[in-house]
Amino acid sequence: MSETNGNSKNRLHGLWALTNRELKKWYKAPVIFILSIIQPIIWMGLLGKAMNISALIPTNIPGLDVKTVMKASLGTSDYFSFMAVGMIGMTALFTTMFSGMSVVWDRRLGFLNKVLSTPVSRGVIIFSKVLSSTLRSMFQAGIIIVIAVAFGLQFGISFNLLNLLGVFAVMFLLCVGLSSAFIAITIRSTRMETPMAVMNLISLPMMFASNAMFPSKLMPDWLQPVVLVNPLSYTNDAVRQLLLFDTIDYTQLAMDFAYVGVFAVIVAAIGIVLSWRFLSK
Amino acid sequence: MSEEIIKAEGLTKVFNKHLVAVDHVNFEVKRGEIYGFLGPNGAGKTTTINMLITILKPTEGKASVLSFDIAKQDVDVRNVIGVVPQEYTADEDLTGLENIFLCADMYGIPRKIAKERAEELLKLVELTDFKDKKVQTFSGGMRRRLELACGLINRPKVLFLDEPTLGLDVQTRTATWSYIRKLKQEYGMTLFMTTHYLEEADSLCDRVAIIDHGKIVVVGSPEELKHNLGGDIITLGIKEDVDVSELIGKVENVKDVKKENGAYRIKAEFGEITAPFIIEVLRKKGYTVTRLSLTEPTLNEVYLEYTGRSLRDSEESRENVMTQRMTMRRARQ
Repeated sequence: MSETNGNSKNRLHGLWALTNRELKKWYKAPVIFILSIIQPIIWMGLLGKAMNISALIPTNIPGLDVKTVMKASLGTSDYFSFMAVGMIGMTALFTTMFSGMSVVWDRRLGFLNKVLSTPVSRGVIIFSKVLSSTLRSMFQAGIIIVIAVAFGLQFGISFNLLNLLGVFAVMFLLCVGLSSAFIAITIRSTRMETPMAVMNLISLPMMFASNAMFPSKLMPDWLQPVVLVNPLSYTNDAVRQLLLFDTIDYTQLAMDFAYVGVFAVIVAAIGIVLSWRFLSK
Repeated sequence: MSEEIIKAEGLTKVFNKHLVAVDHVNFEVKRGEIYGFLGPNGAGKTTTINMLITILKPTEGKASVLSFDIAKQDVDVRNVIGVVPQEYTADEDLTGLENIFLCADMYGIPRKIAKERAEELLKLVELTDFKDKKVQTFSGGMRRRLELACGLINRPKVLFLDEPTLGLDVQTRTATWSYIRKLKQEYGMTLFMTTHYLEEADSLCDRVAIIDHGKIVVVGSPEELKHNLGGDIITLGIKEDVDVSELIGKVENVKDVKKENGAYRIKAEFGEITAPFIIEVLRKKGYTVTRLSLTEPTLNEVYLEYTGRSLRDSEESRENVMTQRMTMRRARQ
């Protein structure tokens, strides 16, 4: 009695089907789709353009060049460009945050039990969530870059298409890590409120304790170690180097990639191990 | 052919180290039969089904489905079974057909084969005209039928149905029963179902197991169980607040008397003749009979006989209550 019903034996089967299910909820719902594009525009407008830090520096002091000052602290002479990159990381943070919530939903609606009773492997169930929110975030990152360019983002002189690929690569790593982390938080959860509270607690501090809006070297000493372990800082730095900086510090860039990569691998591994343990009761 | 398709030996599930949901349960399901698990809320029906479909690990004991061990060969089990869960699990944002394809993909069925099967299944559950409509617009009955189609996509040898008609109206319930019978007759499928609707078990199941407090109390075909009850049931109430069980017990043909919630449940042969005798005996002693009813045994009586009449206010987790409420609400759409 070991007929297979013509089913595939591939261990990854169902991954794309489950990922696509999540993505369809997004791209087939025009309102959600448009909102997810409008959101970064609003953020960039409000934070990038409205809070123009370079305007704080008086232009009438002789011998003081705003651009030089900005470049020394930000690495680029334009605060909007600096900020726009921070927005990419922030959008990734917020989008991946909700990947955890969809596990809770699936559990509540009984969909999770249904999937668990099929031969799809437990790791695939989790990884489909990770993959869908990663693809969403990367799509949004692309939109942000396009809009930021329209709003006046200034590329560094060393910018080329390969750099753009690098941006997506580092974003991919960050999103895999972040969504795995949020799923790990919610995997045992049966109610919405607790993970929501945890995520609200984490998300904003995580953004402000990074170099998303403000260069970390100008932050107080006690905050520096936090910024230093925050994977968002490394991603922002990598994206800034690739998009904005005139000269790329390759050791630093390699360091950024390595840190975000290790973060992604470790957290994703934790997520998958937890899924083996906790997806059944 | 009386091959054992499902076999459970000492199957036990303990939650949180002290809550025994299923307590050393033994049973076997034979090829081609519809086997019903019957019991009050919180008796352990869903826990048993969840262990058999491998989403819950047993604490103790073992069980096999098509001779695959549910703990060690869980992936093999999942490949050969179909599951129709209690909840509506179809994705509301997708169409009926998309949902069937999603299920097919989870079994790794190539799209070409999935298309053929989907067409056949949609015809079976009479949803062909609605296959491109979003599930949001489906009524409770249509959702249930879609679940059934999804559960059949991998051509399972055994189909597990958890409360298949929960919250459905009489028409849809009857229709669902006819699909289930069709599966047995045309595909020779073995079905394992849980229910707490007794008429459902009576009209569908070849054999039922009544489960209570995590233990199987009796197994048999509905006819057998009704017959074994031995005669009719007289329910009687008296005005006075004294126990007259012994007095009634002495009446001829009375086999058993139980006092439950202030009334007496009397098991008696030739009920219509015995009842007047009982009244007379009580009257002679000065008691006033306030009410009396006589019932021929139905599965209802069998059920109450074994599980008692007291209400079950078992504690349910918040999650379960929410899910159930959601299922009921959708069923009524």
